[in-house]
Amino acid sequence: MLGARAAALRPGYGFVLSRAVGPFGAFLALAFVMQLVVVPWAGPFYEKLLMDIGINCLLAVSLNLVNGFTGQFSIGHAGFMAVGGYVAGAVTYYGSFVLWGSPAVHGGFLGGGDLLFLAGCLVGGLFSAGAGYLVGLPSLRLRGDYLAIVTLGFGEILRVLLQQTNDVIFVPAQIEAATPWQMATALGGALGFSGIPFYTTVFWVFVMLGLLLIVAFRLKESSEGRAFLSIRENEIAAEAMGIDTTRYKVRAFVLAAFFAGIAGALFAHETGTTLNPRELGFQKSFDIVIMVVLGGMGSISGALVAAVLLTVLPEFLREFADWRLVIYALSLIIMMRFRPQGLFGIREIWELWRKPPGASPAGRGAS
Amino acid sequence: MALLEICDLDVHYGAIHALKGVTLSVEAGQIVTLIGGNGAGKTTTLRAISGLLTPSAGQITFDGKRIDGRPPHELVRLGLAHAPEGRGVFANLTVDENLDLGAYTRKDAAGVAADRDKVLRLFPRLRERLLQPAGTLSGGEQQMLAIGRALLARPRLLLLDEPSLGLAPQVVRTIFDIIREINAAGTTILLVEQNAHMALRVAHMGYVLEVGRIVMADRASVLAASDDVRKAYLGGH
Repeated sequence: MLGARAAALRPGYGFVLSRAVGPFGAFLALAFVMQLVVVPWAGPFYEKLLMDIGINCLLAVSLNLVNGFTGQFSIGHAGFMAVGGYVAGAVTYYGSFVLWGSPAVHGGFLGGGDLLFLAGCLVGGLFSAGAGYLVGLPSLRLRGDYLAIVTLGFGEILRVLLQQTNDVIFVPAQIEAATPWQMATALGGALGFSGIPFYTTVFWVFVMLGLLLIVAFRLKESSEGRAFLSIRENEIAAEAMGIDTTRYKVRAFVLAAFFAGIAGALFAHETGTTLNPRELGFQKSFDIVIMVVLGGMGSISGALVAAVLLTVLPEFLREFADWRLVIYALSLIIMMRFRPQGLFGIREIWELWRKPPGASPAGRGAS
Repeated sequence: MALLEICDLDVHYGAIHALKGVTLSVEAGQIVTLIGGNGAGKTTTLRAISGLLTPSAGQITFDGKRIDGRPPHELVRLGLAHAPEGRGVFANLTVDENLDLGAYTRKDAAGVAADRDKVLRLFPRLRERLLQPAGTLSGGEQQMLAIGRALLARPRLLLLDEPSLGLAPQVVRTIFDIIREINAAGTTILLVEQNAHMALRVAHMGYVLEVGRIVMADRASVLAASDDVRKAYLGGH
């Protein structure tokens, strides 16, 4: 056991292969199968639903890093999504004009357009991570409600700023004449950023989700991740262990913002969505918080299940659209009454049936 | 020079003057205890040493280096570990994970594994409960975990805040035996206690703190025999 522990501290190639590269390969294969087999068979309605599910899973699992792992309370996740979405949208939309003279989808799978889209996702994620750093650094000394208010404020400020942007430029001659700054501020304002090419596919959504899941699960098992968890458990004791709690809170924030940015980028390039400041406001942030709370703060699989449930349910409750939010709220109230720790608490689904050794009544000796 | 020197330390909580010119020193290799009633400032002193509080005046020197005002995560690396009051175990993490977090600042995997083994020999109860969430342990076991976890940082100075708090007398005796054992193995200990009787029995030196001031300082055996201390803290017989 000691040998295994020492090996875990210094991962060899075999270890990295089995815990990171291997699973990612499996996800890649899964994404291919989804795209090539499931999508043609299921049709466009389910294709869109699958993409929505994947994007919401990205959002829920990434927010879980902050709210669940680290025990902070952020309600501005949609703001980071907006940063990623708008940055990536601008990269592909104006980038396509500059490269190919039109914003239409260019090239096939892994063609020029796809690569531009991937770059857009990455740049969007990085911008969002930067925003996470900027918001996080001054505000993470705050606790609980105060932090929640700051993150809420961030989302709202961003929304108002986006509403002030100029109309999207769609005339090629004007784009040729425009400076980068003019392009960067022509994001459609309150009407939304229309014309972004639809590059998002089930494949890309699940590749990104696979990436996030590997990061999240590896984090949970690593000493880095345990530092996150220890802050949730007891901040003072975490400090006393030598953990720089402020730095770790910022790290969790930045990491979560990066993946929220990627989710935003996927959302921006999805068929049938318009990138719109109102769409990515407080309501959206709140939806993501609900997923995390419902799944259980700190449970990755819980966040996944909740994200799937809360994406699929409204879709099939469309006829009762007016009642949707009532049902939402009601289910949360019932949840809080009967299972305040969320569906799975802080555990993963597969841990629910595994009894912790020594947890029998006899094991809980009194002092 | 002593391992830890505190000179004229003042701490304020807002308008409340909690420590008023506390001066004490801890010699390497000793157990030094800080006793006193509720609200005397014992925990405040420990927190100021470990960096959880910033003093408003005075100096703290550890191993010849000024450490007052430095953040706790730097001090752990210098060799100062704090087992906080109320134990502060990570309740939802397993005993195993709690111990891992104790060694958080260390990079020497082999040394950590050896120290883990030592800690588990010191506290066999923890070995039986390795995969159990720390929150399901009894109070005494949680205290053992808090001490064991602090030891995994391989501290030169271990700060213990009321290890007897809320424990049955039998368990308190076990814990104090282990404190003595840890010290015999070479770790210097600063022990804050309300249980003056037990604390003075294991300590070499003792300080008595009353409303933010040191009112007595002497060898522990002398303090234990002193009439004032007996009256105030040892039940007067």
